[in-house]
Amino acid sequence: MSTMLKEQEYANKFDWKLWRQILRYAKPFRKQLFLLGIVMVAVAGVDAAFPYLTKVAIDEFVVPRNTEGLLPFILLYVGLVLLQGFNVWSLITLAGKVEMGLTYRIRRAGFRRLQELSLDYYDTKAVGWLLTRMTSDTMRLGEVISWGLVDIVWGFTMMTAVMVVMFSLNWQLALVTFSVLPVLFAVSIFFQTRILAAFRHVRRINSRITGAFNEGISGAKTTKLLNRERKNLEEFSETTENMRHSSVRAAILSSLYMPIALTLGMGGTALAVWRGGSGVIGGTISYGVLVAFIAYTIQFFEPVRELARIFAELQSAHASAERVMSMIDTEPTVKDREDVVAQYGDSFFPKKDTWPAIGGQITFDHVWFAYNPEEPVLEDFNLQVRAGETIALVGETGSGKSTIINLACRFYEPTQGRILIDGVDYKERPQAWLHSNLGYVLQSPHLFSGNIRDNIRYGKLDADDESIQAAAKLVNAHDFISKMPKGYDSPVGEGGNLLSTGQKQLVSFARAVLADPRIFVLDEATSSIDTETEQLIQNAIQNVLEGRTSFIVAHRLSTIRKADRILVIRQGRVREEGSHDELMALKGYYYRLYTNQFIEEETARRVASL
Amino acid sequence: MKHINAIWTYMKGNRMLYLGAIISVGLAALFTLMGPLVIRLTIDSIIGSEPMDVPVWLENIILRLGSPEQLRSQLWIPGIALMVLAVLRGLFLFLRGKLAAQAAEAMAKRLRERLYDHLQHLSYAYHTQIETGDLIQRCTSDLENLRRFLAMQFVEVGNAIFMISFVLAIMLRLHVPMTMIAMAVVPIIFFFAFFFFLKIRDAFRASDEAEASMSTMLQENLTGVRVVRAFANEPYEVEKFEKVNSHYRDVTYRLIKLNAVYWSLSDLLCLFQIGLVLIIGVIWTANGVITLGTLVVFTTYEGMLLWPVRHLGRILTDMGKTFVAVERMEEILAEPREVMEERGDKPAMDGPIAFRGVHFSYDDAPTVPVLEDISFDVEPGETVAVLGHTGSGKSSLVHLLARLYEYNAGSITIGDRELKTIDRSWVRQNVGLVMQEPFLFARSIGENIALAKANATKEEVEAAAKAAAVHNVILEFDKGYETIVGERGVSLSGGQRQRVAIARTLLSNHPILVFDDSLSAVDTETDAAIRHALSHRAKDRTTFIITHRIASILDADRILVLEHGRIVQQGTHDELVNQPGLYRRTWEIQSAVKEDTPA
Repeated sequence: MSTMLKEQEYANKFDWKLWRQILRYAKPFRKQLFLLGIVMVAVAGVDAAFPYLTKVAIDEFVVPRNTEGLLPFILLYVGLVLLQGFNVWSLITLAGKVEMGLTYRIRRAGFRRLQELSLDYYDTKAVGWLLTRMTSDTMRLGEVISWGLVDIVWGFTMMTAVMVVMFSLNWQLALVTFSVLPVLFAVSIFFQTRILAAFRHVRRINSRITGAFNEGISGAKTTKLLNRERKNLEEFSETTENMRHSSVRAAILSSLYMPIALTLGMGGTALAVWRGGSGVIGGTISYGVLVAFIAYTIQFFEPVRELARIFAELQSAHASAERVMSMIDTEPTVKDREDVVAQYGDSFFPKKDTWPAIGGQITFDHVWFAYNPEEPVLEDFNLQVRAGETIALVGETGSGKSTIINLACRFYEPTQGRILIDGVDYKERPQAWLHSNLGYVLQSPHLFSGNIRDNIRYGKLDADDESIQAAAKLVNAHDFISKMPKGYDSPVGEGGNLLSTGQKQLVSFARAVLADPRIFVLDEATSSIDTETEQLIQNAIQNVLEGRTSFIVAHRLSTIRKADRILVIRQGRVREEGSHDELMALKGYYYRLYTNQFIEEETARRVASL
Repeated sequence: MKHINAIWTYMKGNRMLYLGAIISVGLAALFTLMGPLVIRLTIDSIIGSEPMDVPVWLENIILRLGSPEQLRSQLWIPGIALMVLAVLRGLFLFLRGKLAAQAAEAMAKRLRERLYDHLQHLSYAYHTQIETGDLIQRCTSDLENLRRFLAMQFVEVGNAIFMISFVLAIMLRLHVPMTMIAMAVVPIIFFFAFFFFLKIRDAFRASDEAEASMSTMLQENLTGVRVVRAFANEPYEVEKFEKVNSHYRDVTYRLIKLNAVYWSLSDLLCLFQIGLVLIIGVIWTANGVITLGTLVVFTTYEGMLLWPVRHLGRILTDMGKTFVAVERMEEILAEPREVMEERGDKPAMDGPIAFRGVHFSYDDAPTVPVLEDISFDVEPGETVAVLGHTGSGKSSLVHLLARLYEYNAGSITIGDRELKTIDRSWVRQNVGLVMQEPFLFARSIGENIALAKANATKEEVEAAAKAAAVHNVILEFDKGYETIVGERGVSLSGGQRQRVAIARTLLSNHPILVFDDSLSAVDTETDAAIRHALSHRAKDRTTFIITHRIASILDADRILVLEHGRIVQQGTHDELVNQPGLYRRTWEIQSAVKEDTPA
């Protein structure tokens, strides 16, 4: 189980298979990539032609002091300039198209996969981690494949063109000047790899600094009370000092590279002046060739630097590719069987008319479950829930009550044993079948940014405004919504932060009710809500549970008391089971819990309502 | 101007480094430009036969090396000269990068620490109203924006200015009409860059916004994954993402297309400028107006000049962003810091506490009194319970005691010292306040408990945890006290967090202890256990308890009943149950409930 959770490991060296996978996403852009290659060859060709034109100008016009035939030369020059302008335009447009299209497609595939992956995947990955895969990693892939291709083709063509021209002008001189090239290359690769690594290190520290600011700001009140200001600043200073040190190091590394590379390039120029100049004096080389060589040696540097940079970037893009692909390649652990999909469809293409109606009878049949193999949470767990029954689960954090709910919702599947719905193993049906009959209210309700109406509609996407209002009325949310300035169109803010906790809860109730589920799951909140809303929620729960099979992780005693059956869960086992009265008579754990809480709750409520 | 002043202040302490960087920029530019002059001299006067067009002193030096005829056979000499120039240029390029980075990074470090420190010292009231995300953005992205400006763009501007002035000076000396030709299109290129980037700022913003809304959607989907699954809304989510994803693609592609137009037009202009120099230069050289060497210098310079010019236009348009960033950081720094009264008294804080006619209202609503005419006395070692409705002013009362807010009128004395004259952090070292929703730092539980006391021993930490009834809970975790809590670690339940916070406060042995409804998420049994442990730990400690829980109030020495910011009743339990009022009604309900309870 946990080995399946692990990401597929890729070899650390360059991996063609991985890149072939990535290039799959570039398939629709084959035409653009092909054109891009051609354009880049043209760009490099024109770039390399300009110094040659200078050579022609000097040898044809300057040295013989003759301006005849200058007009065609000018026209040729202008023509090349216009061609280059067009080339640049098409290269950016094409590369941009490929970049954005590729990023878009990888993101689309990634998002689709994220919607399929089971919750165990989300347990092991922080949201921030997944976000980075979907944003910066995919962006880097898009960049490296489009602009990386641009740089590689341009760099190689340019170098080849320059070499061809120089060798054909004068191969002896070319050999002499090119002697600096291998050194330049080695130096560039050496530095670019290190520069990139240094900046990666800086980025890592930078995210630590962001984290420190986050903590410093969120924890400022606590810091005040603990008198930690100075100590916090001292600790923060360590991180900033680390940042300063690493940033300066990275900057020094890159400021070291430029001068060294430029000086090496100048070595080529100096060689050209020395050997070429002697050639001019000896009459074996023309002035034009000398000037062209000087210009070319200056032009060397650019493609070498670009190529070295792109190779270094490829390394880091490789890491991005590994991470993104391992995400996309992860198989969901909870998956509809092929024959099930064939018969009933899946989440994306449901065949709803073939779905049997749900009665609501749920059976746990010798169910075993573990999040990791060493620590089983449920061992041989059995439970029969009749259709329409309300089951309250009581127990401490970590007792296994959430696991029971997760299994019932098929967010996880049993490692052994079966869970039957209406007498049929739920693996015989698609997940969407169960989920579209599920009403689910979380302890900390999650709303999406948008307005209240859209948030309620989330329970049933094709619901009309009347049914939305009806659902809101049923859970007593209509009144507070109507009192808001924009009523149902009032925005809820990011994550619902414009509403109070109680209001968010009512909206999430309405959302669940709208879905008209056969099975209802309620993870009750403990947080203190004002009395009025508390009362509304209590009544809402009663309205909602009517006639549905329901699981309640209960904290409020009034809810527990009304449940048909109460299960006290400890260490993955049902320790006490029965109605409220039966359990009170037992005088066990439940009895203690109940008497303690009852006094407290009642008092608090009545005091507050005085 | 205001922004430039602010930036000037940030540079304090590193101004010499900046000066060094700027001088290096200038020298690097100078040595860069000398290379082509050496080539010109070589082509014209050594290989060719033109007279040397250099200052007399330089000509003398050159002639000392040998006559032009001798030099012709020793062309390695100009080669070496070129290398020396390249090395010098490299040296100053390196210095420029190094000094600018050192200066900018030192600035960034100081500014980060200043912001962090400032935020920590802003008032409690400020921190109840902030938006964390926005502040973090200011302290990170905005700061990064400024850092990049100072480390790179600032230097680039210097480079462009030096380049343009030096090139202009040399060109003018070489040939004035040719200089006019060489500069003909340059201003157009500059202004084209400037106005273009000004114009497409909207497109940039649109792309940024599209990216932000895509991230928001992603984030909401990922955090709400259970809700998505539970309602089987995966197809809907995929559709929603499709919209933001393709919107981002389209908007950004539009920006790229605009950029394509810019770069192609700008390249065209540059190539025309170079072509102009080349062709006019060729004609003039052919006619003997200028020498071949001069032509080579002009064409080489043109190439060196155009890039900084193009870049300058871009940087100047980007500068607006930097100024906005500076403004946003300055807003934080302009917030007044809490006056710590560091030279205030540091008296022993174990004396009697007296409130006399205390009035308090929040700064942003001065007409709404939160506390009115509060007077009461507390003897050392007493336990004071505060009871009242939500919003009756209970929390404000104890916040005043920890000097989180200032009272507007009346007086609070601790052992005859007026609270306002006592060093603020001294007050907080002596008043241990536990909040209802305490914050735990992203480190181990043990470290979280030991936070308040620098050199707490393991035994002390465990003793405090035991008193707060959380020791056993901690031991149940795989790593015990080493368990990391917070975002990247184990998430504790509300009650567990409260208990860790209590342990953290207990560790310091404050003479005054305040529980601001900080046992609300702990069950009654544990609550009682904690209070029991407390009474054993320190008998002479003055304790304030705010709670809804009547059981916790019963054995208090003094009970204050608050209503609408006023004390309506005070006394012991026995006194208060015999008076009509909120307390008795509460008590009656509680008794009734007790009898109600099926036992």
